[in-house]
Amino acid sequence: MLETRRNFILKSVKYAAFFATATSSLFNSILAQAAWPANIFKQTQLDDTLNQLFGNQKFIKTDKIQVKIPRIAENGAVVPIIITSNLENIETLTILVEKNPATLVAQFTLADETEAYVSARIKMAKTSNVIVIVKAGENYYRKRKMVKVTIGGCGG
Amino acid sequence: MSSIKIRTKQFEEITQIRTLIAHPMETGRNKDEQGNLIPAHFIQELTVKHNDKVIASSVMGAGISKNPYFAFKFKGGKAGDKINISWQDNLGQSDSQDKILK
Repeated sequence: MLETRRNFILKSVKYAAFFATATSSLFNSILAQAAWPANIFKQTQLDDTLNQLFGNQKFIKTDKIQVKIPRIAENGAVVPIIITSNLENIETLTILVEKNPATLVAQFTLADETEAYVSARIKMAKTSNVIVIVKAGENYYRKRKMVKVTIGGCGG
Repeated sequence: MSSIKIRTKQFEEITQIRTLIAHPMETGRNKDEQGNLIPAHFIQELTVKHNDKVIASSVMGAGISKNPYFAFKFKGGKAGDKINISWQDNLGQSDSQDKILK
């Protein structure tokens, strides 16, 4: 059977796609998977997530972490959060949402010259505690805030 | 067109970096109009550099909102310095953008 023009194009697209995915997945496995902790991002329970992230650490409750987040979020898909702190030697800053399908949202690693300031927008599946863990020096500090999510704007 | 927009603002000692990235941040749990699952597609890593030194990096899941916005502040930035922001997602795609401080 004669090779039609359409078939030829389809085939070349398929080959191109194959090579594109082959090279990108190779790249991915070396760079991303080495650093990106897939199993921690799969955890659904807060305790398990904290355990996997920090081991058996004790968290110190503190007011030296300021978390600016709306108390009532009208749209759980976009919840702005600003974290600042007057703790010294901050190394990492972790955002967790207790009732999200995956508890861990993001972990930031800050260099010495970087201020204790991170602003982001997070998703929240429903009303939940938002937990921020800051590692400063040898200690782990924790700040918790409750955010009410009212999708549809009628309260809940 | 880069997916990364960077805005910087110089305060006395501190430079603020704000970035907006065009990315779907799909969790893999959403369905399209036909009821098929939309495959997960989200940024996993973000790196912010000041003159090739990493000043902030992040690992994240799909819990970050669509078209992510981040802001950081750091000390020691001056006019002519280079800020570089790059990301990489779970499908192996990536992007990178430079911005020279004014």
